Amino acid sequence: MRQIAKPLVFAACLLPALRLAAGAFHVAGVSLGADPVAALLHTCGRWTLNFLLITLCMTPLRDITHSVGWLRFRRMFGLFAFFYALLHFSVFLLLDQAGKLHAVGHEIVKRPYITLGMLALLLLIPLALTSTAKAQRRMGRRWTRLHRLIYAVALLGVWHFWWQVKKDIREPILYACGLALLLGYRLWKRRQSMAHISVARFARTDGA
Amino acid sequence: MRRARNPSVTIVPSDITPEARYLSRRTLLAGGLGLAALQAVGRFSRPAMADTAAAGPGALTFTRNAAFSPAEAPNSYRDITTYNNYYEFGTDKSDPAENAQGLRIRPWSVTVGGEAEVTGSFTIEDILKPHPLEERVYRLRCVEAWSMVVPWIGFPLGDLLKRFKPTSKAKFVEFKTLYDPKQMPGQRSSVLEWPYMEGLRIDEAMHPLAIMAVGLYGKALPNQNGAPMRLIVPWKYGFKGIKAIVGIKFTERMPRTAWAEAAPNEYGFYANVNPAVDHPRWSQASERRLGGGLFDSRHPTLPFNGYAAEVAGLYSGMDLRRYF
Repeated sequence: MRQIAKPLVFAACLLPALRLAAGAFHVAGVSLGADPVAALLHTCGRWTLNFLLITLCMTPLRDITHSVGWLRFRRMFGLFAFFYALLHFSVFLLLDQAGKLHAVGHEIVKRPYITLGMLALLLLIPLALTSTAKAQRRMGRRWTRLHRLIYAVALLGVWHFWWQVKKDIREPILYACGLALLLGYRLWKRRQSMAHISVARFARTDGA
Repeated sequence: MRRARNPSVTIVPSDITPEARYLSRRTLLAGGLGLAALQAVGRFSRPAMADTAAAGPGALTFTRNAAFSPAEAPNSYRDITTYNNYYEFGTDKSDPAENAQGLRIRPWSVTVGGEAEVTGSFTIEDILKPHPLEERVYRLRCVEAWSMVVPWIGFPLGDLLKRFKPTSKAKFVEFKTLYDPKQMPGQRSSVLEWPYMEGLRIDEAMHPLAIMAVGLYGKALPNQNGAPMRLIVPWKYGFKGIKAIVGIKFTERMPRTAWAEAAPNEYGFYANVNPAVDHPRWSQASERRLGGGLFDSRHPTLPFNGYAAEVAGLYSGMDLRRYF
């Protein structure tokens, strides 16, 4: 079971991309609807956010279930977030803007929501590059610090989504709530452990 | 009524409509018989099937107004009837086609009020009876920067409004959509303020390009496209085209309109298609023409959606950046 869990999860993570590919090339009756470019753009964007939040779920799940098994999947989920973010950007660059770099540059500078999205993608790049076990070993504590960037990426991503929605912000609100919960949990845990440390220190001075 | 002498559109009627549609066109009078047929098709069979055929129930009798039809090929019936912004039935483009099928479009009445000599409540049959229907193939430019080409069936809005003899105080016309959260599930959430309201300046409303549409592709309008009667103002963003109209009011002051009310810095009363005035959050300089597929690049957006020759005069001397 342990051996096949990872490939299975990997395949499941690819499903949204496969469905989009089927729709784009009209395979097996799958269709992307009247505006296929928008469908590709929005679906990839959504799955980027989904995978960012899923990645952020692993640590709380470890704590709740007292099982470190979850962390085995964290890197894969994080890399899938990067994969869908790259697809999202590629669709924007190559299909929506027809590969016109000056137009894309202009949009990135002029539209605050695109600036945010672009920034989130850029911040994901060092995380993807240092995602190997080797890099993790070599960087030690610096790795942990660097990978806290995912909090910023997720914030920027949700904000990017919120800002581009025309009016119905119910979905961005859902993502924002999910993210608030996941980040809030980390703040709460940090406070708990800080309190622990000060109690421990106090106990030590008391003992001495 | 003023007729545009030099329409800015090239006319190649044979390009636009498959011949089969002419051959299969059925004769229905615009009176009781036709309306009974209209009523009979409140519910459409799978819209996907009927890309071209205008035969069968719901076929309308109309003439083509080639003067106002562009050379561009219209989008498929499927695209036009499954990709809709109609928040009364949900905010996803596919929601209206799913959720609007239960809307009862008969009996239907329209209340006419305000600064006019003839006011009161009229049945939809009374509203439609005197107007011969014509087909106009119009570009539809959504404020979200996508566009379609739609073969509407309708009649000039001005012809309808004149029947109510608006007084000299009638400077604007206000339109109202049905408010019925039971039938329109989207109205149970407060995405917009309900009922949906729209408005035009009286001279805009009287312009021959502005129409009331009751059909598309030769057939009665599907519910998701605004049945039984909706507004089409082709030189303005699509949201001006209010659907399922139950109220018309002539007013002296500028009416409130749904989107301008929801986000006044993003949507104005005029909402003329204008590539030079961006939406605060996205560019209006270009548009994605639906139906072009994955690799169809963006098309440049034209001032007044390509109808500048006909309508730019309505706004001479106005700062269109301010009155967006």
